[in-house]
Amino acid sequence: MSRITREEVANLARLARLDLAESELDEYAQQLEIILESVAKVGEVSTKDVKPMSHATGLVNIFREDITKESLKREEILRSAPASEDDRFRVPRILDEE
Amino acid sequence: MSTYDEAIKKYDPVLGLETHVELSTNSKMFCGCSTEFGAEPNTQTCPTCLGLPGSLPVANAIGIESTIRIGLALNCSIAAYSRFARKNYFYPDMPKDFQTSQYDEPLCSNGYLDVLVDTEDGTKPFRVEIERVHLEEDTGKLTHAGGTTGRIHGADYSLVDYNRAGIPLVEIVTKPVPDTGEYAPLVAKAYVTELRDLLRGLNVSDVRMEEGSLRCDVNLSLTPKGSKTWGTRTETKNVNSLRSVERAIKSEIERQSLELDKGNIIKQETRHFQEDTGTTRSGRSKEVAEEYRYFPEPDLVPIAPDKAWIEKLKKDLPEQPSIRRTRLAKEWNFTDLEMRDVATLGGVDLIADTIAQGTSPASARKWWAGELSGHASKAGVELIDLKITPTDIARIDALVNDGKLTDKLARQVIEAVLNSEGNPDEVIKKRNLSVVSDDSALIPAIEEAIAANPDAAAKIREGKVQVVGVIVGAVMKTTGGSADAAKVRELVLKTLGQ
Repeated sequence: MSRITREEVANLARLARLDLAESELDEYAQQLEIILESVAKVGEVSTKDVKPMSHATGLVNIFREDITKESLKREEILRSAPASEDDRFRVPRILDEE
Repeated sequence: MSTYDEAIKKYDPVLGLETHVELSTNSKMFCGCSTEFGAEPNTQTCPTCLGLPGSLPVANAIGIESTIRIGLALNCSIAAYSRFARKNYFYPDMPKDFQTSQYDEPLCSNGYLDVLVDTEDGTKPFRVEIERVHLEEDTGKLTHAGGTTGRIHGADYSLVDYNRAGIPLVEIVTKPVPDTGEYAPLVAKAYVTELRDLLRGLNVSDVRMEEGSLRCDVNLSLTPKGSKTWGTRTETKNVNSLRSVERAIKSEIERQSLELDKGNIIKQETRHFQEDTGTTRSGRSKEVAEEYRYFPEPDLVPIAPDKAWIEKLKKDLPEQPSIRRTRLAKEWNFTDLEMRDVATLGGVDLIADTIAQGTSPASARKWWAGELSGHASKAGVELIDLKITPTDIARIDALVNDGKLTDKLARQVIEAVLNSEGNPDEVIKKRNLSVVSDDSALIPAIEEAIAANPDAAAKIREGKVQVVGVIVGAVMKTTGGSADAAKVRELVLKTLGQ
């Protein structure tokens, strides 16, 4: 049974700003299916006594003091940008959002 | 009947407020970049806040502590275990393509804030319940270039400044507030005012709406009277002054009621408040549910605040603003109404600071609530945003008391200070504004006034001293108000043999 539908792939593509052709939807649905199956194997391990975790170390409350450090040079960071103008990063406009 | 009154007759508004507060930490939330306002674009960034590969965030201890203190002050429960989450979205205001935020495990939840509102039946308390207080990071600032409106429609591209990206931002979300009826706009305004004072008292933020360190989104829906199901809500963004909070809700109540009257449905959408018209404009539609694919942030370890620490923070909380106001009103001999006006203007601390520098409470109130509030409302800003300090006011008041300035001259000095012409002493020197009390400088003006008013002068010579005001008035006019009226009176009488 397929766990992932064409519609779900289309929605994921939209969220990830990927322009997929109709034919690609089936192709990626199949590939994602294989990935999900592989990941699902983790679920076979008995984890009855293991608490859910988001971090492997088990540490909590690691904070830094509120002290400023020197920032990067602006020329340096803008040099890595595809485009800049007026000391700012220049990005394509994005419609329908504000 | 006004549109508003008609709307309120037919519908019950339900409001909700989401308030974002930029914390005034020295460094950003997850890196050591400075948070100072007004720096040159992109001079406060580093690999962590730019999301460069290999960089790792570490939480700012003061950011965490301030959030917990805000939660405690709002009567919230503090989570024993709380995590950051990634809110994933593609928009260039975050270079990481996600915002570090909190999702299902906020630091604080279930609190309340009580506010007072003047109603037809006198002052009434309203309780605004708090859903959650969570910690996230602010986004970068976009300028839409090209086009003519400065808005994104018609823009050719955008320019981004990431100085603000990563500054700790606390989001305070209320539960839906029903049963405020016609007072919905006032309850919302009172809530934001009270929240601002509470945050200022905690010393966790500059809470300057002008500079964007306190920002408000307003949710509103209308329910037909008698119905049990709440209507569809809209979310209005860009509500960035206390007055706008009130106006935005009022205008949204009017707009939604007119739509409902026409049989239209209210679309769930984001709207934008427009300062110039006081109305809201349709923005992004929320028909497609937003999918941020939140997941626990793997680069930050969970927060498990120690009970003893929370108890200590709770014990060290400052006096609640409402209790402090009651105490100060008594100390300063202000009536409840006077104190409430001052609080609404955001002037309690300004007046306290002015009094601390030797000004009498009555004078401090006169300057801030009488004189300066007019300037603030004319400029459409808050009192605290005016370019004048309690030190300036205390100095001006002292000069008035010493007879070195008349009230009229003091007002000129205030205006000049507001125009950034310098501090009061500099302004007085530059504009040559000191009171003319030097007799020799006044005598010519007095003689001129006597010559111009022979009848009055004759009466005074005969002993009818009460008409002296005519001549004093003339002298004050020719000296442009820079003379000390009492001194002039004395000299006029002396000149006329009285």
